[in-house]
Amino acid sequence: MTAPMTTTGPDLRDYVLRLGDDALVAAQRVAGWCTRAPQFEEDVALANIALDLLGQARALLTYAGELEGLGRDEDALAFGRDEHEFRNVQLVELPDDDFATAIAKMLFFGVYQRLLYTGLSRAADPTLAGIAAKAAKETAYHVDHAVSWTLRLGDGTAESHRRMQAAVDHVWPYTHELFEPGPPPAAAGPGADPAALRGPWCREVEQVLAEATLRRPEDGWAPTGGRSGVHTEAFGHLLAEMQYVYRAHPGARW
Amino acid sequence: MELLDGVPPLGTEELLAEVDAAERELAAGEGPPAGTAPAGDEEGAARFEALIAADGKIEPRDWMPDGYRRSLIRQIAQHAHSEIMGMQPETNWISRAPSLARKAILIAKVQDEAGHGLYLYSVAESLGVSREWMLDELHAGRQKYLSFINYPTLTWADVGALAWLTDGAAVVNQVSLCRTSYGPYARALVRICKEESFHHRQGFDLLYALSRGTPEQRAMLQAAVDRWWYPALAMFGPPDHMSTHSAQSLAWRIKRATNDELRQRFVDICVPQARVLGVTLPDPALRWNAERGHHDFTPPDFEELKRVVAGNGPCNRQRLAHRRRAHEDGAWVREAAAAYAAKHGESREAAEPAPAGEAARAPERTDWPLWEVFVRPRRGLAHSHAGGLHAPDAAMALRNARDLYTRRGEGVSIWVLPAAGITASSPDEKDAFFDPAGDKVYRHPSFFELPEGVEHL
Ligand SMILES: [Fe+2]
Ligand SMILES: [Fe+2]
Ligand SMILES: [Fe+2]
Repeated sequence: MTAPMTTTGPDLRDYVLRLGDDALVAAQRVAGWCTRAPQFEEDVALANIALDLLGQARALLTYAGELEGLGRDEDALAFGRDEHEFRNVQLVELPDDDFATAIAKMLFFGVYQRLLYTGLSRAADPTLAGIAAKAAKETAYHVDHAVSWTLRLGDGTAESHRRMQAAVDHVWPYTHELFEPGPPPAAAGPGADPAALRGPWCREVEQVLAEATLRRPEDGWAPTGGRSGVHTEAFGHLLAEMQYVYRAHPGARW
Repeated sequence: MELLDGVPPLGTEELLAEVDAAERELAAGEGPPAGTAPAGDEEGAARFEALIAADGKIEPRDWMPDGYRRSLIRQIAQHAHSEIMGMQPETNWISRAPSLARKAILIAKVQDEAGHGLYLYSVAESLGVSREWMLDELHAGRQKYLSFINYPTLTWADVGALAWLTDGAAVVNQVSLCRTSYGPYARALVRICKEESFHHRQGFDLLYALSRGTPEQRAMLQAAVDRWWYPALAMFGPPDHMSTHSAQSLAWRIKRATNDELRQRFVDICVPQARVLGVTLPDPALRWNAERGHHDFTPPDFEELKRVVAGNGPCNRQRLAHRRRAHEDGAWVREAAAAYAAKHGESREAAEPAPAGEAARAPERTDWPLWEVFVRPRRGLAHSHAGGLHAPDAAMALRNARDLYTRRGEGVSIWVLPAAGITASSPDEKDAFFDPAGDKVYRHPSFFELPEGVEHL
């Protein structure tokens, strides 16, 4: 499947919505670890990360709603849209089959987010720049956490090495979508061109994998579609669960 | 979150004032009896009795009767387990929370409960049992947790009712425990109570939104309150005349008020709040008794409480199975981190606390060592002890300490030390060690009287 690629690039509302959807869906997955983490200390850490991501999602969705001007708030956007209207990459919606998968996703997505937010903190649009500057600090911590665990799992026991390598292999193809070319809107600034982030992303991730005694997977299959509303089967279940109370009570306030 | 106009105080004001009072008491110190010789058991016992009688605090390395230690371990382990197991009924709704704001609040709340569990496990560890042992006891069903956790959260309103009622009950219970005689427990409880008041309040706020909502939301609210009222009342335990542990715990000042006293206090707090929510508490006999100055109410069905405690509530099996599964699924991760620490020069032995007390520690465990955490609250202040945690190595310990002890911006700098690496003065040598400093009053500036008119000296 291929994503239809526009030549003009998305307008700012669509662009902000992408970022918001990425953060929201990642938050929903990370929050799913609550009471299931390998140690209570990790429950606390993952909850912190989920809260950071959720905070980013709320700020971004609120802003996307303002740019849109149709009166949709963060909740209308999070709970009121159907699958095909979500613009997140498929990477963040992948189920966290085990802790290694969660960490692989956090590493790949976190490094991408940190590079992107750092670029966006210099955006011409001041609201976006403000959100990005705060988020860049938060993601630096997420990366730190993911790196710590990647090292420990990759270079821990034979079992943990096997699992971490399997997770890296499984998640790797989905990272290509993060860097699909397409110029960001002018207001986002040149630091936000996803294609330009791939080089630094690879260097950083490859270094971590090497230190963790993990093999960097070959580039090959590159699933795509999230940015144009085509998602994995698992995503429908995620949304069904996330949205059902809101939708069962149209117009209710919580 | 909206703040509510015209809502009477949730009782939290008074309760928090009590927490502050307990904190001041802790800071004011123990009022030590003048012990003399190093303690054999007899000396130790005398000093223990005198400390308890003077309402002083017992600290981890003090001599204490076996029964006191055992009671504390039982109570604190059960308290820690309750915090941890209590995350499950609420987590049940994180993925489905109907607004992003509520989702964030609920995650933060459940995260706090994990934190409480961790503070408390480290308190219990100061009594010589390991967290690993306590978890084994929990998983095997030998140590208990609060029975309300074994009831299901069937709707979104249950999340609010659970927090309003059971966190509310927990606050009442724990505020009275802030003055418990065991120092580390008292300190942990002061911290916990301050955090709990947010839990209680967010639950009420959630319900208040429902009370002003659609007919379906109001029906959901009433049904949830009907479900949670009695499990909350049962949290105070069996009535005083049936309680097996109460009398001795009161004498040792582990507990500071009886089950029935606390239950009454809780009912009195809830009634006006229920009125604001427009809900009917499910007890036809509930009414104000002017003579007693309290509400009369129907006590919980203690036969049901016994059944649930014995393992036959609606969710006992599910909750324990979930906990065991998380523990088993995480084993390979904990082993990996321990192996990594060993490979990378952090010898486990260096950080391993010496097995102590009644802990039945099997030798070949991969549980992570205990670390003590010290936090500098702000620039210009010294680091002070915040509590303990487990981590495979120093780097992870630091990271975990940041999440656990500075979630609310409580610090600007953190130290972590392997618990086994700390050398402490012995309480037995207390007098020889510290008394000589007592008569060197000339070391304090207040010793010198200043002539009139001298300033800035
Ligand atoms: Fe609690
Ligand atoms: Fe708690
Ligand atoms: Fe709580």
